[in-house]
Amino acid sequence: MSRFQGVDYFCIDELLSEDELLVRKTVRDYVDQKVLPIIEKHYEEGTFPLHLVPQMAELGLFGSTLPAKYGCAEMNNVAYGIVMQELERGDSGIRSFASVQSALVMYPIFTFGSQKQKDHWLPKLAAGLAVGCFGLTEPDYGSNPGGLITRAEKRSGGYLLNGAKMWITNGSIADVAVVWAKLDGEIRGFLIEKGTKGFSAPEMKGKHSLRASVTSELVFQDCLIPEENILPESGGLKSPLKCLSQARYGIAWGAVGSSMACYDVALQYAKSRIQFDKPIASFQLTQEKLVQMVTEITKAQLLCLQLGRLKDQGKEKFAQISLAKRNNVHEALGIARTAREILGANGILNEYPVMRHAANLESVKTYEGTHEMHTLIVGEDITGIAAFA
Amino acid sequence: MKLAACINHVPDTAAKINIAADGKTIDKSGVTYVISPYDEIAVEECLRLKEKNGGDVTVISLGGDAHKETLRKALAMGADKAVLLRDDSVRDSSGVARALADYLKELSPDIVFFGKQSVDYDDGAVGVMVAEMLGLPSVSVVVKLDIADGKATAEREIEGGREVLETSLPAVFTTQKGLNEPRYPSLKGIMGAKSKPIEERPTSPVTAKIELLLMQKPPAKPAGRIIGTDVSAVPELVRLLHEEAKVI
Repeated sequence: MSRFQGVDYFCIDELLSEDELLVRKTVRDYVDQKVLPIIEKHYEEGTFPLHLVPQMAELGLFGSTLPAKYGCAEMNNVAYGIVMQELERGDSGIRSFASVQSALVMYPIFTFGSQKQKDHWLPKLAAGLAVGCFGLTEPDYGSNPGGLITRAEKRSGGYLLNGAKMWITNGSIADVAVVWAKLDGEIRGFLIEKGTKGFSAPEMKGKHSLRASVTSELVFQDCLIPEENILPESGGLKSPLKCLSQARYGIAWGAVGSSMACYDVALQYAKSRIQFDKPIASFQLTQEKLVQMVTEITKAQLLCLQLGRLKDQGKEKFAQISLAKRNNVHEALGIARTAREILGANGILNEYPVMRHAANLESVKTYEGTHEMHTLIVGEDITGIAAFA
Repeated sequence: MKLAACINHVPDTAAKINIAADGKTIDKSGVTYVISPYDEIAVEECLRLKEKNGGDVTVISLGGDAHKETLRKALAMGADKAVLLRDDSVRDSSGVARALADYLKELSPDIVFFGKQSVDYDDGAVGVMVAEMLGLPSVSVVVKLDIADGKATAEREIEGGREVLETSLPAVFTTQKGLNEPRYPSLKGIMGAKSKPIEERPTSPVTAKIELLLMQKPPAKPAGRIIGTDVSAVPELVRLLHEEAKVI
């Protein structure tokens, strides 16, 4: 397989600035040289390549839209999206790490945190000296996070937390957890540091998807945290949902990355695999598959780019983010499956990335708001009628 | 320490190259361009020397507007200043060297780096030509370099081994893979590069000493042949290797 050259059927690169293209080149080269050579082994062994964290930090991939005074790159949202796209061309697990660190840990600390919390955590998280995780989902509260039952109670000098979180990316490797719990019935954000008494984060095993990513439970049993660890500006379900909007935005871009990886390998394979004395790319059924793939990639690219431009102007709506996440992940999964078909039996081997992407995307389709919930979010937005709750 | 790297903007090594209708240039449509990989090593060596000894790094490229992309990348890696020697004509290596030497004479850096060759035309001539024009010592294809007490000790690759050379400064070096591993431009570096200047300079026209007549792609490889699948095919294979391919 020759080196990835990008997919740009509609000259969309012309809509990107020189900086944005340079960011893409940096992350694309990085993924080619440092991620792709090691990812299959980590996937097979079910381990997250922790050694990539300082490298990604050095490149400035964490919290890249946040201010330079916290050690961040202060880039626009399109550049952030491009980072997510390129990371996910490597693996959804690597993108998930960067998504969580940036959108679900640094963003809430930046948005809802005290100055002291920002000064303490943001430079460390940007430099990869600390890893973060985000705890909202619970065993019994997934699509309905408003019902969460993790509780915080005011005690002298602090808060006492009880409850459990599930499906938490980076949980077991995190130095700090942004945890959402009800305080007097209202959802608030709290920072829980690794090693706090009453806090444990066992890793969830047995995943057939996102195997190169750490997924954990967070358990709080009479976990007492200091008073200054509440995120003072957080309040209500809309606080965690704002974080999720950030993360979903990145996922919409990330899905384009997996799609490109699968399309690229399928196209190269189809042109070189000979059956009936000619490349399978010369058969109409194969061409139709490839055309469908490049069509959906092009549509997804344009959705992301316009969404990013809107976000940079502060004009995006959360339902637009839902539409992009919903569409792009759904199509990415279809593209991964179609790529597997084009590769025939070879498609199931780890010599090619398609089965890994397909398996990862099964998670991506469900996390950060299921495909179904995003359908209903857009449905509510266009009809004015909520079909849930 | 004043450091300079001369860098070129070339087709990506993974790009599929086609020859344009004129038979003398390449068809640029759909071809992505990058900083020539050996030149990236030249930039990295400047940055490492600057980090060790202080000083400033100037990157220089000869060409049109498109070369700004490559200069911007070098700035994002950490170079301090970029110079575009504006020239939209097609030059032979001596013409390129002339323009670079004219500018470098004025800049008078302590060390000038070039990639050992630019991966478009692969002449491998410009670096040493510039050294000659400036009357400076040069060492080509350098894989290790130490700078101390105003002198440079350079190791270069030779057939089957290495050669160790010492030279006074200022000097010109051309860089080979193995000298260092170039850094990626970080996102902060990319943002920082926006405020760094790219100075544009006109260049004087030169008369080409060499004229390019024709570019040709290598002949297409014939398809493979299967002459048998078991040991009975061996005599025929030997015959073909001997008589047709003439390799044994």
